[in-house]
Amino acid sequence: MAKQTEPIADVNATTSAVDHQRIPTIVVDDVHVIYRVHGASAPGSASMVTSLRRIVSGTRSPNIREVHAVKGVSFTAYRGEAIGLIGSNGSGKSTLLLTIAGLLPVDRGAVYTAGQPSLLGVNAALLNDLSGERNVALGCLAMGMSRAEVRKLTPEIIDFSGINESGEFGSLPMRTYSSGMAARLRFAIAAAKKHDVLLIDEALATGDARFRRRSEERLHELREGAGTVFLVSHSIGTITDTCERTIWLEAGLIRMDGPTQAVVTAYEEYMTK
Amino acid sequence: MTDTAVSRPDSAQSPTALAARFGLRPAGQRPTLANYTRQLWSYRHFIASFANAKLVASFTSARLGRLWQVLTPLTNAAIYFVIFGVVLNTRAGIPNFIAYLCTGLFVFTFTQTVVQSGTQSITSNLGLIRALHFPRASLPIAVTLTQFQHLIASIAVLIGIVLVTGEPVTFLWLLAVPALLLQSVFNGGLALAVARLGAKVADLKQIMPFVMRTWMYASGVLYSVDMFADNLPPAVAQLMQLNPLLIYIELVRHALLENAPLASPPTQLWLLGAGWALLAGIGGFVYFWRGEEEYGRG
Repeated sequence: MAKQTEPIADVNATTSAVDHQRIPTIVVDDVHVIYRVHGASAPGSASMVTSLRRIVSGTRSPNIREVHAVKGVSFTAYRGEAIGLIGSNGSGKSTLLLTIAGLLPVDRGAVYTAGQPSLLGVNAALLNDLSGERNVALGCLAMGMSRAEVRKLTPEIIDFSGINESGEFGSLPMRTYSSGMAARLRFAIAAAKKHDVLLIDEALATGDARFRRRSEERLHELREGAGTVFLVSHSIGTITDTCERTIWLEAGLIRMDGPTQAVVTAYEEYMTK
Repeated sequence: MTDTAVSRPDSAQSPTALAARFGLRPAGQRPTLANYTRQLWSYRHFIASFANAKLVASFTSARLGRLWQVLTPLTNAAIYFVIFGVVLNTRAGIPNFIAYLCTGLFVFTFTQTVVQSGTQSITSNLGLIRALHFPRASLPIAVTLTQFQHLIASIAVLIGIVLVTGEPVTFLWLLAVPALLLQSVFNGGLALAVARLGAKVADLKQIMPFVMRTWMYASGVLYSVDMFADNLPPAVAQLMQLNPLLIYIELVRHALLENAPLASPPTQLWLLGAGWALLAGIGGFVYFWRGEEEYGRG
């Protein structure tokens, strides 16, 4: 294991050096995450008869399987940084984000954060039966804003999301939105607040080109406001446009951590092999 | 570990020391009870809006919209009137059986719906929980508030029924307000407790309807409370008088109906009702808080 956790290329010396001007916002220290999956059973073992037999005989369900998703990851993120997370499917990127957000317990190691990281994922559903405007108000209140702030910000958020560009969608229930529109609204809500740490999981993938440009500008503003942004994406273009540092995860381990260009080049080489 | 030193060749400090120096805290740590209460208070507008939004959302797809808020209890009352008042002509030795029945039914329904939607208040809002950071107790409390608004509508219907069936208007009616407020606190605590349980054990959603139905039979909703004293062993009948739902139902009946039979004297009912509200309210809140960092996990 000791050999595996070493990055292949030691390019991170330039980025992760402890510089006294730089203030860390996230410290991830040798983190291991293990999922215990219930009901991951062989065909036929989930029938009523077997469930009953298990209860009668008092044995524990044999269907709990362990999945070691993150196997000892360490890095430090600083204020004003935008960090891209890349890696093939199932490499532990989303798991790592959930762990940083405090939504998954670590099995070993620790995650330290400044303030409360906010996770913006594709599944961050608000209330689908309510209008976009009401969802904006609710989302803002849930982020701890006051009623006056919410009133002031609601039109700005609706404008930014651009949902009214294709008709007066702001007053229609969210269930009538296309997936792209809903994703744009969710991003607009989350981006309305200053976050110490914003974790974005593929949430920008569904927007169109115009919205992507606008959201990249918004991310720049967020970083200048002394925040740290994490971006998980399979779109290398988004990563290179937004992040100057990139972490490449493979099979739950950091394979490389350094300037985006170097990491992305190595990653693309690896993927085309 | 030697390898961590290799991967961070320039850092003289261990990650833990670095985190401590800049005041970073472990991710997903639970706040203290006092801080949590303070946080919750600062989210009161969110709780109110969320409760309201849920109420509005539950009617958006129905054509009659919010009219259902009144139509639901009215329809319920009509069905019970036809079955017990016309078909069976039940009296059960109670002067105004229809009003007696509806009071019990509406007060019970308040707790029943709070418990049922409280059980799912975490599991059905996982998207919200994972996306935004707010004290999770907001959700079960909002559930209680939503149902409280339903209760107000059914109490309006109930007052209509009570008047139509010929009960006099007295100052005692005002006592229904504190009684229902005590019940609301009790329900809030219950919602918090079942929310944590429901987040952990998904089976609870399937079990709850049976628990609530049993509780309904033990609360003298459909028949006179005299039945307990008449048909049960004295010890069990005594125990039945501690049933919080029976207590709240009796308190409201005592307030609204002139000649309703009571299982225990009013003073005892008030004391027990306040005791239960306090116990469930504080107990439920503390129990929920202890699981705060776990919601949304898994």
